[in-house]
Amino acid sequence: MEFKDYYSTLGVAKDASADVIKRAYRKLARKYHPDVSKEPNAENRFKEVAEAHEALIDPERRAAYDDLARRHAQGQPFEAPPGWDSGYEFSGGARRAPSGRATGRSPNPAGDADFSDFFESLFGSASRAGAGQRGAGFDDGRGAARPQSQGADHHARIEIDLHDAYQGARHTITLRRPVAGDNGQVNMQERQVEVNIPKGVRAGQHLRLAGMGNPGHGAAAAGDLYLEIALRPHARFRVDGADVWVDLPVAPWEAALGASVTVPTPDGAVQLAVPAGSGAGRKLRLKGKGLPGKTAGDLYAVLQISLPAADSDSARAAYSAMAQAFAQFDPRASAASTASATSAPATAPEA
Amino acid sequence: MSNPALPAFDAIVVEQTLSFSFNALCQACGGQHSQILALVDEGILEPQGQGPADWVFDGSALRTARTALRLADDLQLGLAGTALVLDLLAEINRLHASLRRVGLG
Repeated sequence: MEFKDYYSTLGVAKDASADVIKRAYRKLARKYHPDVSKEPNAENRFKEVAEAHEALIDPERRAAYDDLARRHAQGQPFEAPPGWDSGYEFSGGARRAPSGRATGRSPNPAGDADFSDFFESLFGSASRAGAGQRGAGFDDGRGAARPQSQGADHHARIEIDLHDAYQGARHTITLRRPVAGDNGQVNMQERQVEVNIPKGVRAGQHLRLAGMGNPGHGAAAAGDLYLEIALRPHARFRVDGADVWVDLPVAPWEAALGASVTVPTPDGAVQLAVPAGSGAGRKLRLKGKGLPGKTAGDLYAVLQISLPAADSDSARAAYSAMAQAFAQFDPRASAASTASATSAPATAPEA
Repeated sequence: MSNPALPAFDAIVVEQTLSFSFNALCQACGGQHSQILALVDEGILEPQGQGPADWVFDGSALRTARTALRLADDLQLGLAGTALVLDLLAEINRLHASLRRVGLG
């Protein structure tokens, strides 16, 4: 198991105060939080930062971690032996605790906090004491805690292809959850679930698998499993909600004279009539050819004028003939009038 | 990809087919009653109905509530700060969608 340098992760000194650690965490959390960050690999970076903060902000955990780090620094290979933490009492639970972790087609799943094996080996059973409880700062204490008899719901994220969203698909999902053994030790248990993903599902939506969460207590019902959908980026199609966008290259004469052209859609190619006199950037809508659903999305083909290369005598002759035919055409006429209007004040006489 | 030997479970799309009672939303998003009440007070969640016993949240409330709780928890935000971040994120998402439509996103 690889030793993790939590101080380095947060960019603080080993003797940093709790305030310094908290400030470093807040700064990095704002930078890498998966809900707000566009940084590459933000989700994994945030997990590392959250894990380091979780380990160092609690004095008991930090003392235990520092002790291990000292031994690691002395050249002893890191290995957490069974019962290594005797002598330390962990009074607090983690802010967040592991829940469902989907794998299978998703290389980078995002359930709730999913700390490393290193963290789990050090603080695992103690940190899970607070499972299911979130410590959001605006809890004003009103209302009773929700009944806990029903099994906890699980959340995970899966990434699917656009084609699966159009057609529906069957996926195998590997989930990992903490299970208490007879001796009270908590171990991670993996299980595989086959799920039929309905067609028409959109990015950011959730699928519910009833009864696939944690078992209930006694005769109470099991919790549910929620899977948040993410769509893999597609090389050709762009998705916005239920609508799909695709660039459609056309020849100049197709745009000028009109043509019937073949348009690729995630559901197969269709014929589209390009109206005569179309310009670059014109959007042509194929109603109902977006993602399917009660209200199906639309597919928008955005015209791009593609010019043939002038790389032969006949091609150059064709362009020359075109230039003569459109001798009065000035493609920069509107740009010139705009520039003239903009630059007018600069040419005005000084007062 | 998939294992034909295992039985497959049918999933339903929460945002298209489900609504939540107050208790059901608390259960689904892992939030305390008081946290969900606070989100309603702030206008982040907008249920139908007169009070908690009658409230009905549409399916999209699950995503909103989970994102709000996650932001508040991970970034140690207060309620007003959480609401502001959610509004700004929605605006950023709209702008990104505009860029994607023209092939720049």
